[in-house]
Amino acid sequence: MVTTHTDKTYEAELRDLRDRLLEMGGLVERAISASVRSITERDSALAEQVKEGDREINRMEVAIDGACRRVLALRQPAASDLRFITTALKIVTDLERMGDLAVNVAERALDLNKTAPIAPLHDLSRLAEMSEAQLKHALDAFVTGDVAKAEDVMRSDAHLDALYLKIFNDLLAMMMEDSRNIRRATSLMFAAKHLERFGDHATNLAEMVVYMVRGTDVRHPRSRAPSGPPGP
Amino acid sequence: MTSIPHPAASAAKMETRRLEIRYGAKAAVKDVSLTLPDRQVTALIGPSGCGKSTFLRALNRMNDLIPGSSASGEILLDGRSIYAGHLDAVELRRRVGMVFQKSNPFPKSIFENVAYGLRIGGLSDRRELGERIERSLRSAALWDEVKDRLAESAMGLSGGQQQRLCIARALAVEPEVLLMDEPASALDPIATAKIEDLIHELKVRYTIAIVTHNMQQAARVSDQTAFFYMGELVEVGPTEQIFTTPRQQRTEDYVTGKFG
Repeated sequence: MVTTHTDKTYEAELRDLRDRLLEMGGLVERAISASVRSITERDSALAEQVKEGDREINRMEVAIDGACRRVLALRQPAASDLRFITTALKIVTDLERMGDLAVNVAERALDLNKTAPIAPLHDLSRLAEMSEAQLKHALDAFVTGDVAKAEDVMRSDAHLDALYLKIFNDLLAMMMEDSRNIRRATSLMFAAKHLERFGDHATNLAEMVVYMVRGTDVRHPRSRAPSGPPGP
Repeated sequence: MTSIPHPAASAAKMETRRLEIRYGAKAAVKDVSLTLPDRQVTALIGPSGCGKSTFLRALNRMNDLIPGSSASGEILLDGRSIYAGHLDAVELRRRVGMVFQKSNPFPKSIFENVAYGLRIGGLSDRRELGERIERSLRSAALWDEVKDRLAESAMGLSGGQQQRLCIARALAVEPEVLLMDEPASALDPIATAKIEDLIHELKVRYTIAIVTHNMQQAARVSDQTAFFYMGELVEVGPTEQIFTTPRQQRTEDYVTGKFG
């Protein structure tokens, strides 16, 4: 049996906040997916939609930030509620940035679609799928408080990094083969970099989920003072 | 996983071991082992009837006055039982002072209120009395407000001033431990802030235990927090840990406002 807050209004406020975060996460998932399709399917109208849709993501960031501040000021949350609110405040920043990265990819699409394609793009599609899946899994872990799933996201980031490196090297080879490829290959390289960064933000989300559930901070393991990790 | 030292790392000023307190057949406090670290503030939190006030009162044998009450287990002050022969109840209550929820000044002058315990202790020298009273009133952050009206009745003070007067009265006999039972629950936010600020100053010299229903107050003033529920000590830990990452589900539910 899950206990709920005795104050039902408070319970509803927290639930609403979680729902809005998920809704925002859904918008970001769709944005990154659409932005890459606007490259692979050479669909500039779709790229414009991504740019337009980012405004809603930005609005949600402001609204969720405000809702978090309101709970902090009026409810003085403690324990898991406090960890949820501080996690929400950080997650919302990552999500907004991820939305911006989708816009950046869409901008590359608008540039690329003006000229002939230079290379098969299945690696880029694959990287986009992986990035999107990382976000989806991080959000699932957030909703269900699933630490194992969050840790899975953190581990999987290495696969994205490896694929990004492969794309980078392939595009580099293409530029060396023919200097007329440089402009388009550079655009693709940026798009791939944005997707890789997108994955890093998903990792941030996953790390915050571990903090939210366990109360232990798992970020920056190599930056810790040797005397012991900083407190939560 | 935290670098914050546990308050219990400092020496134990008071300690209970397997303390059980009964009122007739009913156990109000069950098997509680808790340490009050020297010169730290311990907050006791929990719903009404959880045993926290009974526990607090046991520390200077106030429950002895309640007919039908009995206690088992140990209560130690500086490692020695408070029931041992070297310490009678009067001497114990001098060393372990108490401040109550409702300020209870005597219907006497401000001066005489603070002088009361000193006179009982046999001090009559006017000059020394005066010095001790000034020191106590200064410690209770009340001196500047009352120094020109020491002969006036304590009943003319505001609620917050009366409560600080009671703290001064408790401090006058130079206790080592200060027990506070909801000391600010009847005060406005300004008077409450003064009491909380005072607690921060007092813990340099005194070991303090405070019972409060106000969880934010417990979070603000204490070094360690003990959560009581139905007579049991559910969890005790550094205050920051209790309010960010409690280990017990019942603590979690209580501090997040999930009451049954």
